[in-house]
Amino acid sequence: MSTQTHSDKHEHGGPAVYTKTLLALLFLTIVTVGASYVDFGSGNVVIALFIATIKASLVALFFMHLRWDKPVNAVIALAGFLFLGIFLMFDFIDFGARDNLRPVNFNGMPVIQGASGASGAPAPAAGTEKKE
Amino acid sequence: MEQSLKFHSKVADLPRPVKNYLNNDPGIWSWMTTIDHKRIGVMYLVGVMSAFLIGGIFALLVRLSLLTTHHTIFGIQVTAEVYNRMFTLHGAIMVFLFIIPSVPAALGNFVLPLMLGAKDVAFPRLNLASFYLWVTGAVMAVASMIIGAVDTGWTFYTPYSTTTSGTVTLMTMAVFVLGFSSIFTGINFVATVHKLRAPGMGWFDMPLFVWGIYSTAIIQVLATPVLGITLVLLALERVFNIGIFDPKIGGDPVLFQHFFWFYSHPAVYIMILPGMAIISELIPTFSKKTMFGYRAVAYSSVSLALLSFIVWGHHMFVAGQSQLATVVFSALTFLVAIPSGVKMFNWLGTMYKGNISLETPMLYAISFLLLFAIGGLTGIFLGTLSVDVHLTDTYFVVAHFHYVMMGGTVIAFIGGVHYWWPKMTGRMYSEKWGAIGCALVFWGFNQTFLTQFFLGSKGMPRRYYNYLDQFQPLHAFSTYGSWILGAGLFLTAINLLASLRKPMDAPDNPWGGTTLEWTTSSPPITHNFEDQPVLERAPYDYRPEVVAHQ
Amino acid sequence: MSTSTADLQHGQGHSDDPHHQHHFADMEQQFDTSKIGMWLFLATEVLLFGGLFVGFGLMQARYPQEFIEAHEHLQRPLGALNTVVLLISSFTMVMGVNAAQRGDKKKLVMFLTLTIICACIFLGVKYFEYSHKFEEHLLPPRWYHAQATDTVRDAQGNVSHGYGTFFAFYFMMTGLHGIHILVGIFLLAWIAVRANRGEFSHAYYTPVDLVGLYWHLVDLIWIYLFPLYYLIK
Repeated sequence: MSTQTHSDKHEHGGPAVYTKTLLALLFLTIVTVGASYVDFGSGNVVIALFIATIKASLVALFFMHLRWDKPVNAVIALAGFLFLGIFLMFDFIDFGARDNLRPVNFNGMPVIQGASGASGAPAPAAGTEKKE
Repeated sequence: MEQSLKFHSKVADLPRPVKNYLNNDPGIWSWMTTIDHKRIGVMYLVGVMSAFLIGGIFALLVRLSLLTTHHTIFGIQVTAEVYNRMFTLHGAIMVFLFIIPSVPAALGNFVLPLMLGAKDVAFPRLNLASFYLWVTGAVMAVASMIIGAVDTGWTFYTPYSTTTSGTVTLMTMAVFVLGFSSIFTGINFVATVHKLRAPGMGWFDMPLFVWGIYSTAIIQVLATPVLGITLVLLALERVFNIGIFDPKIGGDPVLFQHFFWFYSHPAVYIMILPGMAIISELIPTFSKKTMFGYRAVAYSSVSLALLSFIVWGHHMFVAGQSQLATVVFSALTFLVAIPSGVKMFNWLGTMYKGNISLETPMLYAISFLLLFAIGGLTGIFLGTLSVDVHLTDTYFVVAHFHYVMMGGTVIAFIGGVHYWWPKMTGRMYSEKWGAIGCALVFWGFNQTFLTQFFLGSKGMPRRYYNYLDQFQPLHAFSTYGSWILGAGLFLTAINLLASLRKPMDAPDNPWGGTTLEWTTSSPPITHNFEDQPVLERAPYDYRPEVVAHQ
Repeated sequence: MSTSTADLQHGQGHSDDPHHQHHFADMEQQFDTSKIGMWLFLATEVLLFGGLFVGFGLMQARYPQEFIEAHEHLQRPLGALNTVVLLISSFTMVMGVNAAQRGDKKKLVMFLTLTIICACIFLGVKYFEYSHKFEEHLLPPRWYHAQATDTVRDAQGNVSHGYGTFFAFYFMMTGLHGIHILVGIFLLAWIAVRANRGEFSHAYYTPVDLVGLYWHLVDLIWIYLFPLYYLIK
């Protein structure tokens, strides 16, 4: 076998592509910072993460060469994010449906009445908690 | 160059190579710096068996302490703290030092490249690094035992683990290191299976052992990092009181459990999948019959790996999770039983009308079928939310997981060690003592652990150093069982080790196996094969015309 | 059965490349396999950091108001600067890999050096930010000092633990990320030294490619860290 290299890969990528990708990334950074000054309410998180995902995809596809690599590499990358998503989703199923998300023993905070909560006992030490 | 191995001459006619991987390049330094997967596998085998011995001794001590309500061992009082340390160390050593690495790192390392017709794993130096990480983790774990010992249970639940004295931080860092050993093994195996298969070996021409190890490797890569970050968070909580698990300063102890079980549930599949993978080799070989439903078994391995990631909350039904989450996790847990069931029926279908021979590996395989059936079924009982509320944290759970981990994986592991022993060492162990050992192990195991189902359903809680008088007869019966089990394991070990004193006289293929490791010498040469094998037939092909040519 | 010595030693691959490892059939298989291995490792990093992201998300759900107020203490321009610096470093990194592909040793070393410089700038900015946090006691709950702008308090005036929790996660995540940058600097320096010695060519530049992938991942993580901490209201 020859010391065959990836001469075919010289057609992939290249300074022009990388420069365009960088400019796109910088542009998106400006967009996302700008968007943070506008209040979209609950849309803030969605928009910010959406733009971040576009940026991440650009880095992965072009800088990390997934655009031109064999598909197995992209599958591995996506698997990582997919299982992270599973972790996140199920945890939110738990936290989102809890009766009592905040610690019960925090004085003065609105507590949903009637729920026994995870921590149980009312906080005897709360009054002596160090003043922070 | 394309030697069709189907038409190999009879194995007895082939001269045994003078130099094999064991005696080629002798000396401690050459072993310590080896990148030969076979040598690394052997070193791992010695390591994990040592860990098994230590973990087993702790188990015997625990059972001894539970023999009576006086909680003494040889007359010495066992305090609650000492008891807690004993079961914690038993659990932590068995889980992290023994069972997780056992099949993949010891047997998998040795067999996988041979089965694929490869010269080594994808990253031999990473393989050696993985071994040294195991050693480092082992040393750290032993050090933590000697310096102060841990009493939190192997699950390290907060807030106890963040506040108790004892060498929790050192032990968690030991597990962190062991986690990376596991990750590196996983990375190695995924890459090897993707890229180093012999010419002619497509995905569905691979032995099912490879499918099982591959699926395990996927879990190792995706789940273990979350354990890593969990342990880091635990250490930060202990050292800096950073506060995310401590309710007094705004944290949530259930968060720890989510983090912990996101790894640890898939981890139990890291434990069982390789065991099942071994069984998928043993059953066709000792039934002289092709695997029934090869593709179903292959797919079931991968689906088990993937499904294992969405059921972790079934360890947390009473921990304080939301009701919605508990219901969802319970339903999903039923789903994960299906691929296991698929395998069971396929194994049985393979044996049906097969030409069954009962050598020691097959005895272990049949034991597995019985014991894993019990373990798996009781898992369903525990996955049923309404039932689990009563059985959780009782001995029922202890019995369940010992049935799957020991009755399942350890039994399969021992069967696999016997099966590949001639290949690894060039010697045959004594069949008679192998069978006796298996019988004692089977008997001792059931006496120890079947009893515990009853203990648990009668209400005996786990992790208790003392108990009510009414439980004493069952506890005593279980302890006697542990002695028989210990004797059986000891006998098995002696039988295997004794064979090493014989000359190397094992044939290349003592069992008539059809996978590629049996086409090379016992033990193999350093480079595994004389020529690059080219696969020309389906796995487990026992058709007479094919067998006749062997 | 023919068993030439060459067969025994080289298997099917008869490459004379000194980097050719003998269990691979050829250099291409070796390179592809190395990449798969690296991507698998990157997947583990995604899950390692991802755990912290999940924890952050859950705590944010628990303390929404506190997290909004706490994040005001982070200096957005510095975060944005660091983002730009890392993006540029990713660019210089991939240009370095490209130079290695073409066998251009000088450019390779130059781009690697630029990448290292960017990384150092990043760490410098981080040090500046951390100092500010320490001065203002914007720290995990045990050491957190109430800020005048903190509105979520109990009847005694103690602030909610949510503020400290925000900073607990801030330090853990940026800290772990910073450690990865530091490791990256060492890796880049090592590769640069090897490149300078002429160890890479168009036939063999795998280590450059792999370190590049690692570096891009470090950038990727920051691409998510930045908006979550600095930008989200």
